[in-house]
Amino acid sequence: MNVFSFSKTTLKNLFSAPATRPYPQQPRQYPERTRGHVEIDIEHCVFCGLCSRKCPADAIRVDRAAGTWSIERFGCIQCSYCVDSCPKKCLSMKQTYTAPAPEKSVDTYQKKPAAPAKEPEAAPKGENEHA
Amino acid sequence: MSTRSIVPFGPQHPVLPEPIHLDLVLEDEKVVEAVPSIGFVHRGLEKLVEKRDFNDYVYIAERICGICSFMHGMGYCEAAEHIMNVEVPERAKYLRTIWCEMSRIHSHLLWLGLLADAFGFESLFMQSWRLREKILDMFEYSTGGRVIFSVNKIGGQRRDMPDDMIRDFLSIFDGMEQELKTMAATFLEDYAVNTRLRGVGFLTEQQAHDLGAVGPFMRASGIALDTRKKGYAAYPNIEFEPITSTVGDCYARTDVRIHEIFQSIDIIRQAAAKIPQGEVAVPVKGFPNGEYMMRVEQPRGEAVYYLKANGTRFLDRVRVRTPTFANLPGMLETLKGCQLADVPILILTIDPCISCTER
Ligand code: SF4
Ligand code: SF4
Repeated sequence: MNVFSFSKTTLKNLFSAPATRPYPQQPRQYPERTRGHVEIDIEHCVFCGLCSRKCPADAIRVDRAAGTWSIERFGCIQCSYCVDSCPKKCLSMKQTYTAPAPEKSVDTYQKKPAAPAKEPEAAPKGENEHA
Repeated sequence: MSTRSIVPFGPQHPVLPEPIHLDLVLEDEKVVEAVPSIGFVHRGLEKLVEKRDFNDYVYIAERICGICSFMHGMGYCEAAEHIMNVEVPERAKYLRTIWCEMSRIHSHLLWLGLLADAFGFESLFMQSWRLREKILDMFEYSTGGRVIFSVNKIGGQRRDMPDDMIRDFLSIFDGMEQELKTMAATFLEDYAVNTRLRGVGFLTEQQAHDLGAVGPFMRASGIALDTRKKGYAAYPNIEFEPITSTVGDCYARTDVRIHEIFQSIDIIRQAAAKIPQGEVAVPVKGFPNGEYMMRVEQPRGEAVYYLKANGTRFLDRVRVRTPTFANLPGMLETLKGCQLADVPILILTIDPCISCTER
């Protein structure tokens, strides 16, 4: 049995760099695969509704008539099942997480009416409704 | 006979962040009986299977537990694959093995940290969790999640690990093994730690057998059983022997778990050396019909998944028997006759996960 078995680690700790990162001065670098939040390229969506049917958390609402796609940001569990199942590949997983908020929010995206083909890109983020 | 008093323990307790309540019947400082009650965090996840497509349920199965999330998802998938007669590609089996063993290392390191915290060795707790952080980072690099990985699906894996990623991980494990050895020396040889762990909470081999204990808790009492030996994922191609101890006290359980970490690193090395190239998933068509009982070895012991399907999108029944549930009777047995001050450590050494027990 040993009495000072931890002292080596203690000494090493004194002279080595910290194991933690000085947050928030040094923001986190996310690895490429991090599942943070779902992003939609609404201009390519055909409103087939497959994503909303597959979503295990029922977080997506697709309204074909109104041309809107909305997601409950705090209902989504970042499983990326919708991303895998979208036939048009217009969903993608981004690395940053949804910012903390005092209330649950729904992000709604509206597709520009089809008319002239080359429209400038629609503002990606619609109004913030409260769930 | 001295007077008996009852001390309530939990569900909120400083050393045990698990929602279990025990009524400890004491004679002076000695525990003569412990009466458990659980059910504080029931979430109805098994019932949910009747309302969710069987493919979607993988993501729910993962959420049964935040530590064994990979193995819960995998256990469910393997059961469904057996019902549907799906043969998973070899590469996916090896990936499952690697991720399973990474989960085991991360779970055991978490437990070691909690144990150190329970006997008041804060810096040892921090060291264990510092090492665990590396595993979580590796998980994030390979799966995209730190706690919930969402890489299982029925028919294989959703993500592959490129070969250079596996190589990087192996070199991280090499460094980690060295640090682990230093840390293990403190757990196993330090005088102060030994006085808290040795000679308390005995469970004999016969008791472990009779009370149906599982996992490291059982192996520390001398029963060499490991469900991985039954052969799922790529385990039939991996060489390993269950780690046991014959003593059966808290020290033996710590010893077994520490050696299992080293064994897991070895299994990952073997799997990385043998992993074949190829697909990681096969398409699955149709709906399952039939039933299957799948057994997997989680860090805490054997978990059982029972699935009953009726040929539609929705399963009839999913039943999960988690290892902690099987270990509770054994834990109550070890509590009999111990000192009140030892209760937290005794409960901890079964590595309880009450939230997954209640699902
Ligand atoms: S699956 Fe893709 S194309 Fe279909 S509604 Fe969803 S986002 Fe649009
Ligand atoms: S990531 Fe998962 S939970 Fe989130 S919207 Fe897509 S399918 Fe639903």
